[in-house]
Amino acid sequence: MTLRVKRYLLTAAFVGLLFGPAVYLRSVAHTSSPRERADGPAREQALERYGFVLREAAAESGIAFVHEAPRVDARLDHIAPQIASMGASVSVVDFDRDGWQDFYVTNSAPGSANRLYRNQSDGTFADVAGDVGLADLNQPGTGACMGSVWADLDNDGYEDVLVYKWGRPELFRNVAGQRFEPLGPQANLPDWANIGSATWLDYDRDGRIDLLLAGYWPDDLRLEQLEHTRIMPESFEYAKNGGRKWLLRNLGEGRFQDVTHELGIDSTRWTLAVVAADFNGDAWPDLFLANDYGVSELYVNEDGQRFREAGKESGVGYAPKSGMNAAVGDVLNQGRLAIYETNISEEGVLIQGNNLWFPAADGSLRFDNLASVMGVELGGWSFGAQFGDLNNDGFVDLYLTNGYVSGEQGTSYWYDFSQITGGHTQIISDARNWPAMQGRSLAGYQSKRVWLNDGSGRFQEVAGLVGVADRHDGRAVALADLGNRGALDVLVANQRGPLLLYRNQVADGRHWIALELEGTQSNRSAIGAQVRVFWNGQQQLQEVVAASGYSAQNQRRLQFGLGTHDVVDRIVIRWPAGRSQTIERPAIDQLHRIREEE
Amino acid sequence: MSDTVRWPRWLTFDNRFLAPALITCILLGGQLVFGFLESWSRTLLAIGASIACELILGRLIMGRFPHLASAYISGISVGILIRSPFFWPYALCAILSITSKYVLRWRERHLWNPSNFGVSAMLFLYPAAVASLSIQWGNFVWPMLVVWCLGSIIIWRLQRFHICLTYVTSFVLLAGVRSLLTDSPFLANVAPLTGPMYQLFVFFMITDPRTTVSGKWAQCLVAALVAVAEMLLRLAGVIHAPYYALFLVGPTALAVELAWKQRRRALADREAKHEQAGEPRLVNTETVAS
Repeated sequence: MTLRVKRYLLTAAFVGLLFGPAVYLRSVAHTSSPRERADGPAREQALERYGFVLREAAAESGIAFVHEAPRVDARLDHIAPQIASMGASVSVVDFDRDGWQDFYVTNSAPGSANRLYRNQSDGTFADVAGDVGLADLNQPGTGACMGSVWADLDNDGYEDVLVYKWGRPELFRNVAGQRFEPLGPQANLPDWANIGSATWLDYDRDGRIDLLLAGYWPDDLRLEQLEHTRIMPESFEYAKNGGRKWLLRNLGEGRFQDVTHELGIDSTRWTLAVVAADFNGDAWPDLFLANDYGVSELYVNEDGQRFREAGKESGVGYAPKSGMNAAVGDVLNQGRLAIYETNISEEGVLIQGNNLWFPAADGSLRFDNLASVMGVELGGWSFGAQFGDLNNDGFVDLYLTNGYVSGEQGTSYWYDFSQITGGHTQIISDARNWPAMQGRSLAGYQSKRVWLNDGSGRFQEVAGLVGVADRHDGRAVALADLGNRGALDVLVANQRGPLLLYRNQVADGRHWIALELEGTQSNRSAIGAQVRVFWNGQQQLQEVVAASGYSAQNQRRLQFGLGTHDVVDRIVIRWPAGRSQTIERPAIDQLHRIREEE
Repeated sequence: MSDTVRWPRWLTFDNRFLAPALITCILLGGQLVFGFLESWSRTLLAIGASIACELILGRLIMGRFPHLASAYISGISVGILIRSPFFWPYALCAILSITSKYVLRWRERHLWNPSNFGVSAMLFLYPAAVASLSIQWGNFVWPMLVVWCLGSIIIWRLQRFHICLTYVTSFVLLAGVRSLLTDSPFLANVAPLTGPMYQLFVFFMITDPRTTVSGKWAQCLVAALVAVAEMLLRLAGVIHAPYYALFLVGPTALAVELAWKQRRRALADREAKHEQAGEPRLVNTETVAS
């Protein structure tokens, strides 16, 4: 073969290599992109094909809530949409113990009201926040509400609530489902903290639920009234100048003790989501922290005596990204919990990719990121996400909301954003150096993701096909069976946008089983209990957690889809206190209320 | 090595190893201290693909195994500069970079800096899968300063420091211009220069001996033109402006120089022939007119 022929062949190969994959990938993306509408016949087809469809029904359910953003210092006006980009949250609770799931949403502007939507058991909801004392929590000077998380802190059977803020956190005791009383200074909460996430866990398994507060902004910062403008993260990927954490041990009678440093939690990263679950199978709840501007952290609970940071050891603490969500689910029905953490992906700019931290098969505390392999990696500027079996086929699916700042249509702040975030700490950390947004969008108007789990390691994106077409700046997602029908409905809280309620219609012939646990030796909310449902030669593990996702809490009730199988072999419950309880052949298609054996 | 510089014997070694040594330092420092790679495996894949491609194509086209310093630098640059959650872009980018040297040639010179070609092509053709490195040197000043100083010394020894200096100076001045034109903070416009991406760009892409023009002043002019093109792209909101600017300006300048040199050579040949034939010298008409 002559040199000339070799060169011709090489040139042809080069051109093919240069353009071939690009053409192929674009054609694949074009043919596989789902249509955006699912109504009429398409809806029926989707129901048949995917086993469920969603329909937005907030207005007809009596829900008319639009989130208002926090107010910030005038010196931040040029980037205010970025700074005041959080605060929309939703948490599900049956606060009055009537057997129907209610939910609480936060507002963030000074003087704006939070809402507690009571389920009226007829498909509608009524706001009772003002009546019970949970509405007026954005009083000027007290900070802006960021979220809430519920648990029965005094074991009286009624779920109490922590409302965390960029400001003064508030803890309320639920008085028989009738009203809420603020706990006094004995609660020992910080006077002021910029909390990004919080959760309840019984870290020492003493039967009293403890509290973790995770700071985002530095603790002493008051965003409404700045002393200086050096408030931004010191780095886009290595920042440690965020807020401290508080682990507050419940001493009973509404008193808490700060044991954070004593137990080894010293993170000052910018935490946006936290989930407490037992990741290493030793029955002690561990802590996973999804941190913005840096790596994730995993605090392993060592017999309730100490927490050991094991981010690198476990594999979750290497690649710095923009962690915004932490939810757990048994993705392949193997009896092990994976963690879903969201990050930023913007075509042509920043491809961090979301993380699906999948646990090692050998039982060691080791996770591999399988988000790419399983097809749940790219979700735009992702925020809240939750695992839940939306079509009751026996495998947990994944609902994700996204979108950061939707400004003027057709505009983009990405160029300026990418320029400043690549700068050195001396530049990036001063808000004055950040270019003005001038009403431009930053990852706005994004399409949401609903990923269906096929059970064999792949997820299929079906959002548009099953009826999810909103383009709001999504923050929190919570799943709950609001109609006691055995179907998980979806609540979505949007920043500066309306609260959405997607009602779920599941195809006929799909079975389910739900459990509501009540601890006796354990904390009464049973937070930390692990439940394994065995059926059809497989098992699915779920754990009762408080906070899940981003600024959200799902219903405490655990729901398992069973597919077309109508027999459950057994349910094994491992209570937080340590005891196991087995229920053989429970009835299906119904809720079981189970009390811990004394 | 330059005659004007006398290095202690223990400090001297083949200049071809200087650039690979510097980029290896940047890689190791960046990863061990800050963890700035997507992953070791992806970067090693890029290096491996680059070296393998160089060996195969060198043997196939040139009939010999080439020196691997260039392929090593290209592979390591690709491994650091592109960011992707997937593996395939690292291999594809490395292969495209090396192959471009053997395919995109004119007058027996390859026109594009290999990694600049590969990275630009990937960013342009695969935006859904690839982004570029855009992070900082941690939270301290010293790592950035160490790399700037070390890099400057090595590049000075390689007699190409004037290119870096011209580009950096132009960038800073033009950042001021952009700041004025867009009414945005000056430091925001300068910010990219403080990251490791620009250090790789400045030390390894714009100074590439094989793809830069000859002559000190011409090299300075091209460096300044790259900065100007980059400014125009930045004003248009193009995020990967430096890569695209070099992609456009570098080969154009080299092609112009090659064409100009060929024309001069042709003229000289003709002149020599005329002299041999005893004919009068060709006279530059412009000189006569003036």
